[in-house]
Amino acid sequence: MQRALTLYQTTVGKKVVMALSGGIIVGFVVGHFLGNLNLYLGPEALNGYAAKLHSLPALVWGTRILLLFAFGAHIGSAYQLWRRNVSARGSRYKRRKDLATDYAARTMYWTGPILLLYLIYHLLEFTILPAHPGDVYRNVVEAFQNPWISAFYLAGNLALGLHIFHGIFSAFQSIGANHPRYNSYRRDLAIAISAVITLGNVSFPISVLAGIVTL
Amino acid sequence: MADELINVTLHVWRQRGPNRPGGFETYHAKDITTHMSFLEMLDVVNEDLIEKGTEPIAFDYDCREGICGTCGIVVNGVAHGPQKLTTVCQLHMRQFEDGQEIWLEPWRAQGFPIVKDLIVDRSGFDRIIQAGGYISIRTGSASEANEMPIAKEVADRAMDAAACIGCGACVAACPNASASLFTAAKISHLSLMPQGQAERADRARRMVAQMDAEGFGACTNHGECEAACPKGVSLEWIARMNRELVRAMVKSETPARTRNR
Amino acid sequence: MELRSYEPTGPIEDRWEKHKEASKLVAPANRRKHNIIVVGSGLAGGAAAASLGEMGYNVKCFCYQDSPRRAHSIAAQGGINAAKNYQNDGDSVYRLFYDTVKGGDFRSRESNVYRLAELSLHIIDQAVAQGVPFAREYGGLLANRSFGGAQVSRTFYARGQTGQQLLLGAYQALSRQIEAGTVQMFPRHEMLELIVHDGRARGIVTRCLKTGKVTPHIADMVVLCTGGYSNVFYLSTNAKGCNCTATWRAHRKGAAFANPCYTQIHPTCIPQAGSYQSKLTLMSESLRNDGRVWVPRKKEDVTKRPEDIPEADRFYYLEERYPAFGNLVPRDVASRNALYVANDGLGVGPLVEGERRGVYLDFADAISRLGEQTIRERYGNLFEMYERITGDSPYQTPMRIYPATHYTMGGLWVDYNLEATIPGLFVGGEANFSDHGSNRLGASALMQGLADGYFVLPFTVGNYLGHVRTLPPLTEDHPDVQTAMQSVDTRVHKLMNAPDPKHAPEHFHRELGKIIWKECGMSRNAEGLETALEKIPKLRDQFWREVKVTGSGQDLNQTLERAGRVADFLELGELMCIDALDRKESCGGHFREEHQEKGEALRDDAHFSYVAAWEWTGNPAEPRLHKEPLTFEYVKPTKRSYK
Repeated sequence: MQRALTLYQTTVGKKVVMALSGGIIVGFVVGHFLGNLNLYLGPEALNGYAAKLHSLPALVWGTRILLLFAFGAHIGSAYQLWRRNVSARGSRYKRRKDLATDYAARTMYWTGPILLLYLIYHLLEFTILPAHPGDVYRNVVEAFQNPWISAFYLAGNLALGLHIFHGIFSAFQSIGANHPRYNSYRRDLAIAISAVITLGNVSFPISVLAGIVTL
Repeated sequence: MADELINVTLHVWRQRGPNRPGGFETYHAKDITTHMSFLEMLDVVNEDLIEKGTEPIAFDYDCREGICGTCGIVVNGVAHGPQKLTTVCQLHMRQFEDGQEIWLEPWRAQGFPIVKDLIVDRSGFDRIIQAGGYISIRTGSASEANEMPIAKEVADRAMDAAACIGCGACVAACPNASASLFTAAKISHLSLMPQGQAERADRARRMVAQMDAEGFGACTNHGECEAACPKGVSLEWIARMNRELVRAMVKSETPARTRNR
Repeated sequence: MELRSYEPTGPIEDRWEKHKEASKLVAPANRRKHNIIVVGSGLAGGAAAASLGEMGYNVKCFCYQDSPRRAHSIAAQGGINAAKNYQNDGDSVYRLFYDTVKGGDFRSRESNVYRLAELSLHIIDQAVAQGVPFAREYGGLLANRSFGGAQVSRTFYARGQTGQQLLLGAYQALSRQIEAGTVQMFPRHEMLELIVHDGRARGIVTRCLKTGKVTPHIADMVVLCTGGYSNVFYLSTNAKGCNCTATWRAHRKGAAFANPCYTQIHPTCIPQAGSYQSKLTLMSESLRNDGRVWVPRKKEDVTKRPEDIPEADRFYYLEERYPAFGNLVPRDVASRNALYVANDGLGVGPLVEGERRGVYLDFADAISRLGEQTIRERYGNLFEMYERITGDSPYQTPMRIYPATHYTMGGLWVDYNLEATIPGLFVGGEANFSDHGSNRLGASALMQGLADGYFVLPFTVGNYLGHVRTLPPLTEDHPDVQTAMQSVDTRVHKLMNAPDPKHAPEHFHRELGKIIWKECGMSRNAEGLETALEKIPKLRDQFWREVKVTGSGQDLNQTLERAGRVADFLELGELMCIDALDRKESCGGHFREEHQEKGEALRDDAHFSYVAAWEWTGNPAEPRLHKEPLTFEYVKPTKRSYK
C-alpha cells in the first residue's frame, strides 16, 4: 500500500491510475453496449436480460462499487493532473502551433466533464428515476422518440468516442505497454474500439427515431 | 546558389529579467540573404541595435551546429521553428518568405524561468540528471571494455535515446510543459544497457521524483515533444519510463534512496 | 623563468608507473580539507572535476555555458583512438605512440605522448562502464574504424556523435558528484582573473553571467580545462562562446604560453556564404574517401554551374599533384592546396569580400560506381546537414568545401604533471600545449582530454597537494585578492565606457579574424606576419577606443561578455604571429612558405626542435621566449612526404 501511494504521488503514477481506471470503465462500456444490443431483439430479450442481471445482486453491486472506485480514481487523478498541468505552463504563448496532437487529445479536459454530465443524466433517466420501472425497453424507446433526448445521446456518445479513442491509445503509453514492433497496432485498436462503441451506441437513438425500433 | 534578399518583421519577446514584466517589440530585418541562418539574422539585427545604442536581443546559443543544445526559441509557435529535426541555430532563412511576420518567444514553462528576453534557466534538467541519470563507476575501476558483449541492437537503441541534446524543446512544445521526454530518454538509455542494471530501479524513482519536484507538467500523450525534438527522440521512451517506474515500485524491496546531502 | 618538464627517465614504457610511484599522496581523510577549482566542464574539466570530487576533494567547477553538458567537446564527430588492438591488425600502445609523435611532426614530448597512448586503453574501459553507447559489431563487441589515414582500425565511435556521448558520460559522472556534494557547480560563470598569492595559483575571480556579480573564489590550486583558441580566427568550427580568456588571464599572471602558432586547419568544412557568417561547420573527413576534389581549370568557369563544366576543364588538383595519395592526402596538405587554387582565382561559390572560397567535392563518380543507396548509407547524415545549411543537395550537385580552423595544438606550457609555470596552476585538454606537437591526428583530441581529466590530473593534483600540504590561509580581504577583483572591475568599466564608442565587439573580432586568417592561417610568410604585427596593435588600440557595449555590467550582458573575449584575442593573436614569425621552419600545422621543398613542408630539426614558451612581459609586442629542447630517444625524426 505504501508503494502504491508513493507511486500515486508521482505524475507517472497518476497516469497509471488514469489508465487502469479508464480500462475498467471502457471494459464496462463495452459490456454495457453488448447488453444493449438486446434492444434489437425486442422487448422480451432486453427486459429479460435486465431481469437476469438484477437477479444477481452480487454482480450488479460488485460492478457498481468497482465503477464507483474507478470513476473516483479517474476523476480525482484527472483533476490533480489538470491543476498541475495548467500551472506548469506558467505564461501562455502568444502564438502556438500544434504539430502532432489531435482533436481528441486536445479536448480530453472538455469531453471528460461532458461525459460526467451525460453519465449523471443517463443514470437519472434509466437507473435512478425510470419512467416505467422494470420495463427497460419502454423506457429506452420512449426516451429516444423525443428528438432532444436523442440529440443529447448522440452528442454524449460522440464525446465518449473521442474520449476513449485518446484514452485507449494513451493508456498503453501510460502503463508502459509498448514495443516497437506492435506500437502501430495500439492506435488501430483504439480506433476500432472507439468506432464500434460510438457507432453502436448512436445506432440506438437513430433506430428509434427512424422507426426501426418501436414500442 | 543565387542570393535572394528578403525583408522580415520580427516580434520579439523582451523581458529585462526574471519576474519582470515582458512584452513584444517589433524589429525590421532588412536585406537578409536567404543563406543566413536564423541566428545570424538575429546577429545582424543585434549588431545594428548595439550601434544605435539599444540593448540587443538576448538569446542563448553556442555551437551553432545543432549539438550543444544551448539555443532554443519558439518561432511562430513552434519550438526551434518550422523545419523538422532542426535546431534553431541550423534553421536557415530560406525557410521564410519575403515580408513574413515572425514571432519569437522564449521556452515558456514554470520549470524554465525566464532569465532575460529569450533566455531561460534550464538548470532543472541538470538536477534531474543529478538525481540519478548516471552509472556509478569510480574512475579507474572499470573492467576491460570487451568483457561484456552488448547486442548491436541494444547499443543502437540506447544510442537513439542518448541522442537527446537537452535543449528543452520537448518542454516548450508540450501543452503541459512536461519534461517526460527528456527524463525518459536518459532513463531508457541507461536502463537498456547492461551496465545500468544495478541502479535501474533507484534511478527511475529518483529521476521521476525530481522531474515532478521541478514543477514540470505530466505527460498526457499528445506527442508534441517528439514532433518538436530536433534529434527525433521517440515517444516510445516515455512508455518505457512509465514501465520502469512501475517495475521499480513493484519489484524493489527498499524505499528509494534518499539524497546524500 | 625556468622550464622544467619533470619527465621521468628510463624505459619509456615504465615512466608513468615510475612517476606515479614516486608521487606524494593525500590521505583520504585529508582530501576534503583541500579546495580545488576546476575551470571548464568539457571532457578534460568535467572528467577531472568528477574524478577529484569522487576522491574526496572539495571541488568547485565553473563553466560559461548554462550547463556543464554543453562544453564544445560535444561537437566532436569522428571518434576516439585507443590502442586496444581489438581488430588484431597489429596495433599497440607503442604504435599509437609512434603514430602520434610522427603525426605531430616531431614537436611533442615523447614521455607525454607515450603516457597518452598507454592511458587510451583505460579511457575506453571507463567510458563503456559509464554507459557510453559505442558502436558494436553484431557479436556484441566494440566496433572500430580506421580514421584519418591510420593503418590500423583503432577508432571507437558512437555514430557521428562520439564527442557528445563521451561528454555526457563525463557530465553524468560530474552530476553524480554534484549530487553527492563533493563538487559545487557554477554554470554561467566566466573566469576573468587568476589569483596568485605567494607565487602560487590560489584562486580565480569570476563574473556571474546572469547577474554580473564579480566574486573571488579562493582555493588550494586551480585547474584550467578551458579549451583552445581557434576563435582568434573569428570564423572557426568552435562554438561561438569558445574563448581564450581563462588561459590568457593566466598567461598575463605568469604562465608561459607554448607554441601558439600551432593551429590545425580542417579541409572539409562548409564554406563561408557571406560576410555575416558567424561560424563554420565541419563535415567529417571521411567524405574524402569517396569524393573527388576539383576546381575549374579556367578562371572564366568559376561562376558556371559545375554540371556545365566539361571533364577536360576540371582540375583535380590533389589527384594530379599527389598521385599516390590523391584526395586522401593529410589535412594540412589538402587544406593548403585548396588555398592555393583559390588564390589562383579558381575558387568557386559566392563572392565573399572579393574572393571565392570554395572547391568542389564531387560524388558523381562514386554515385555512378556504387549507387546512390550506398552513398546514402555512408554519408546520408552529412549530406542532409550540408543541404540544411546550403540548400543544395550533394546527390545532385558537387558539395563545396573549404578549410577552416578547428583545433589549436598550442596552449599554456605544462610539465609532465600538467602544471604550468605558475605553481599550483594545472592545465588539461586542448588548453595545454602538450601532446600533439605541431599537428594533431584525427580522433586524438577526445583521447587527450579524457586522459588528462580522468587519469593524469587526479594523480598529479594529489602529488602537488601532498608536497605543499597546508598552504598559508588566504582571505578575500588580502591585497592579492583585492587587486585581482579590482582589475576585473576596472576592465569591465573600461569595456563599457570606451571614449568614442562606435562598433559592436563583433566588428573588431571579424577584423582580427581576417588578419589572422590571411597572414597566420594555412600558409605563412615573414612579410605577411610582419604586416599582421603592424595591424593587430592598431586594431587593438581602435578596439579600446571605439568598442561599444550597451546595457549594464550588473546584468546578463552578452555584448560585454563578447567584448572581454575579443580584447584577449586581440593580444593572443599578436603572440601567435610573433611565434609564427620566430619559427623559421615548416612543421605540422605551421607552414612557412620560405621553408619548403617542391611544395613540401621543410622542417628544421637542427634549429627548431624545441617548444617555444612565451612569457608575458607586460608589453604584448615583446614577449620573452624560453625554449624547452625536445629530444627523441624512441622515434627518430624523419621527413614527411606524400608525393
